[in-house]
Amino acid sequence: MADYSRGELLATVLADTVGYARCITVGAVSPIPAAAALLVRETAAKPVDVIILGSTRHFPFTDGGREVFDFAGRGRIDVFFLGGGQIDGAANINLVGAGPWDAPKPRFPGSFGSAYLYYLVPRVILFREEHSRRVLVPKVDFVSAPGSSPPEVHRPGGPAALVTGKARFAFDKERRRFRLVSIHPGHDLDEIVAETGFDFDHDADVPATPAPTDAQLAILRSVAREELADTYPEFVRDQLAGPATAA
Amino acid sequence: MTRTTLFQDLDALLEPIGDGASIVVPTETNGVAMAATRALIRKGVKDLTLVGGPTSGLQVDLLIGAGVVSTIECAAVSLGEFGIGPRFRAAAEAGRLTIRETTCPAVHAALQAGEKGNPFMPLRGIVGSDLLERRPDWRVIDNPFASEGTHDPIVLLPAITPDFALFHAALADVHGNVWVGRRREIMTMAHAAGRALVTVEGIYDGDLLADETMAPGTLPALYVEGLSVQEKGSWPLGFADAYPTDAPHMRAYVAAAKSEEGFARYLDEFVLNRAAAA
Repeated sequence: MADYSRGELLATVLADTVGYARCITVGAVSPIPAAAALLVRETAAKPVDVIILGSTRHFPFTDGGREVFDFAGRGRIDVFFLGGGQIDGAANINLVGAGPWDAPKPRFPGSFGSAYLYYLVPRVILFREEHSRRVLVPKVDFVSAPGSSPPEVHRPGGPAALVTGKARFAFDKERRRFRLVSIHPGHDLDEIVAETGFDFDHDADVPATPAPTDAQLAILRSVAREELADTYPEFVRDQLAGPATAA
Repeated sequence: MTRTTLFQDLDALLEPIGDGASIVVPTETNGVAMAATRALIRKGVKDLTLVGGPTSGLQVDLLIGAGVVSTIECAAVSLGEFGIGPRFRAAAEAGRLTIRETTCPAVHAALQAGEKGNPFMPLRGIVGSDLLERRPDWRVIDNPFASEGTHDPIVLLPAITPDFALFHAALADVHGNVWVGRRREIMTMAHAAGRALVTVEGIYDGDLLADETMAPGTLPALYVEGLSVQEKGSWPLGFADAYPTDAPHMRAYVAAAKSEEGFARYLDEFVLNRAAAA
């Protein structure tokens, strides 16, 4: 048995996809991306601002709910995380519903800020733990936000990576396709192909996703655990508790 | 100085809301007037339009399930960690709800147009999203300020000017000024709406506008139509740092509201039974 939790592994994978960023923003109900953002902040050579929606401590705005979007529109957010009820091979995302729009099955909650932030944040990291043909579809039934846009559309941002509970992909903006970067421990290429509803590029041998380092785990179990305790008490208790309770 | 009707009971507060009214409300733990929402259900109005602030959760789910709201303009209906709103999902899947699909910054921007009395507001993003197919009232124009010969499509959103803003806040003073603190989207909602109906946790001893530290977070009485003191007025939702969301209650709601029968039992126990609901 590994001596780290699933949440800890995924937080380190997400942190690795971030690269250099001055400001990372995390949406509501996103504990693993929040932990990843704090991990980047703690290990970066230069100062990193972390903004977490739904947190009071990590939400340094005073001009109402619109300010975070204005902040992004002005180019001040470098990295954001988005999910989706459906994600397709061209990185289109659907947060509205599967099937026809007027008779969805199931209906999803709605587009949130995706139809704006996906365009304006330079590196958007798609994150969805469920890796199945239900989620990773050939073509989304509703485009909340497209993976790419024609050249005339103002779009400084877009998808950089896709992380699931089984694998990590990079998005190739030129080819508008995903490339499999690594497979998480306990899974293999046959399974990834079988469980992914869209075509993607991959080498014959795909490396395993590296396990979290002791240094990463130490940060997650100290700084992230302390700073996220208010916003995500259950996540902190179940996933950042250290080896004694890890999966 | 004030025309605010102060410190009335919930039925009197909600008296102006009639069938077909539109209401803008804040998001889940930023001051949702839940006690007033239960009173609105008891009042028995119908065909309300609810504009979510910009996302909504338990409040809109209850109003949809109770047949009070028939049209929503919310960027999402989510109970956060407790999942999607079950009555919203059922109504959407059955085609019983008019959904004006939107995205968070579009709600903020359209309310800003509303508060200025402008007909529309431009917003980046959205071009190429299927939201445009569902919003024939949104237009895409060429940015008239783009350099000559370049094509720069940008979306225009018509202003949102709801009949009412309905929210819960920490404090009001006897003049009818309401302190919302850093939750300034509530100010935009109140500016854009025709009238603000407000519940508060308690009364501020003094004049909020006379205190330099409180005034910037204060919605002036000019916008406030009515006020009612409702301690724990956001329950079972949390309210800012004052109290957390009642998680066991939320789980019980989500379990009950999965079926129409369960939802009806919930309404009986927590909404229609005035003693338990008030």
